[in-house]
Amino acid sequence: MEIHQRTKLVEKSIEIALLLLASTSLIGVLLIILFVLREGSPVLMKYGFFSLITGGEWQPTSQIYGMLPMLIGSAYVTLAALLIGVPLGVGCAVFMAEIAPAWMAKLVRPAINLLAGIPSVVYGFFGLVVIVPLMRSLVGGIGFNLLAGGIILSVMILPTIMSISEDALRAVPRDYKEASLALGATHWQTIYKVTIPAARSGIIASIILGMGRAVGETMAVILITGNTPLVPKSIFEPGATLTGTIGQEWAYASGEHAQALFAIGIMLFAVIIIINSTALFFSRKKVGA
Amino acid sequence: MRTRVKVSQQMAFASLWLTAIVAIGALLLILLFILKEGLPSVSWNFLTTEPEAMGREGGIFSTIVASLYLTILSVMIAAVFGIGTAIYLTEYTKDNFITRIIRFAVETLAGVPSIIFGLFGFAFLVTFCKLGFSILSGALTLALMILPTLIRTSEEAIKTVPQSYREGSLALGATKWTTIVRVVLPAALPGIITGLVLGIGRAIGETAAVWLTVGGALRLPLSPMDSARPMTLHLYTLAAEGLSLPRAYATASVLLILIWFLNTMANLMINRLMVKLKA
Repeated sequence: MEIHQRTKLVEKSIEIALLLLASTSLIGVLLIILFVLREGSPVLMKYGFFSLITGGEWQPTSQIYGMLPMLIGSAYVTLAALLIGVPLGVGCAVFMAEIAPAWMAKLVRPAINLLAGIPSVVYGFFGLVVIVPLMRSLVGGIGFNLLAGGIILSVMILPTIMSISEDALRAVPRDYKEASLALGATHWQTIYKVTIPAARSGIIASIILGMGRAVGETMAVILITGNTPLVPKSIFEPGATLTGTIGQEWAYASGEHAQALFAIGIMLFAVIIIINSTALFFSRKKVGA
Repeated sequence: MRTRVKVSQQMAFASLWLTAIVAIGALLLILLFILKEGLPSVSWNFLTTEPEAMGREGGIFSTIVASLYLTILSVMIAAVFGIGTAIYLTEYTKDNFITRIIRFAVETLAGVPSIIFGLFGFAFLVTFCKLGFSILSGALTLALMILPTLIRTSEEAIKTVPQSYREGSLALGATKWTTIVRVVLPAALPGIITGLVLGIGRAIGETAAVWLTVGGALRLPLSPMDSARPMTLHLYTLAAEGLSLPRAYATASVLLILIWFLNTMANLMINRLMVKLKA
């Protein structure tokens, strides 16, 4: 009996220890929110949320912290990344799930996984040595611009969009396709009238997750967009992003300037949480719903 | 009518082929371009000598050591917490309030951009905990960052272990914990290793989060309290400050090869374990 009780005690304490380990994620998230808010909120309080996000000037040396340039810059690169990356990514997913020969799908999947593991700084470096000079000769100017950033981001989000969309397309029940084909529809008619609509929520989720990746990416955009904190007149101009500004300025920022960078971090965090919960909403929907 | 339907199908399929070729081509182009420019400059000497003149001259030895130091430390920390969490979520609880909160936290953590991890590490570990710019600050930040990957993959792996394995062990009189350690975890090992390798890949390739927590001192890190500069950050500095383009290409190539090597090793190990488990 004595031994039995001791084992019970040991088992119970192991369970408690595991619960403690499991709570790290929660503690981590809370600490992240707490510390980013703690450092960023003074600037947010002092200048006010609305004047910060509508202010068109970012001049930390004169205590002017308008974040509009970065908000627009981030929006531009993300939009460009989606405009290029979504047709390519979804098209490629449809290809892989529906028309690629089996051996090809088997070969390409691991390759995509490997490419998804390429560090973002390597993508940024490629953009710097290839896309920026290309922009210089095509558009003129210094070559560092928001479009160049968007192009590199579009390649970076390809693996995300491709793999999640492909999973969604493959999850569409066979009966749907068979019923459509039996009614005399061609393969292509079945794909775009039945399979894609049925996988819609998964495809949308993949696009939104790709968008989150584009908004949150730092090292690639910082090397390519020029990091100029001015409201960009067009996508062909240099600009700054939320992430790029933090990366560019944190090393020498101090006092209120450093707090302003944390305030940018709060903005970024808020945008990402909205994007990711939207993606979660779509990915929880069932196929065909 | 018939032919129009046929023609539109052919056109659609042709453009799908094209998107696939463009997408995969673009990704491969990046890989091959970097390797073509960088590999010729990679030599034994480049890998084993210290950088000089801020990286303009010399090799990348200290940055390789920094990358490995950070990666090994962070994955070791994350493995304990990640596998522990996965065991708790799969073996000890059903769906309840606590597990839902933990899962929500894991999902949130997975979506946090790396620069926010960096800001957090800088504010909390470097400044508040007074760890300074150090390998330790960086490894703890990275560990938190790769935790969701480890939890998810370990959870999936543990879930695929057949229920009969557990029942067999319990029926023989083993306790729950013994069953987990002796039966469940060994059977789930291939999946867990996949997760660890994914974590290693992410840790070795991360830049923004380590930049704000490790600092960037270009010397050989010995103690975990030393500031250091991993390969990714070295590549960024070489490129952004235009110090040495050939060395930047070479550093990028070493990174890519290392990541490819890790992937291959993981696949080999998983295949081996699968064979062993089936035997």
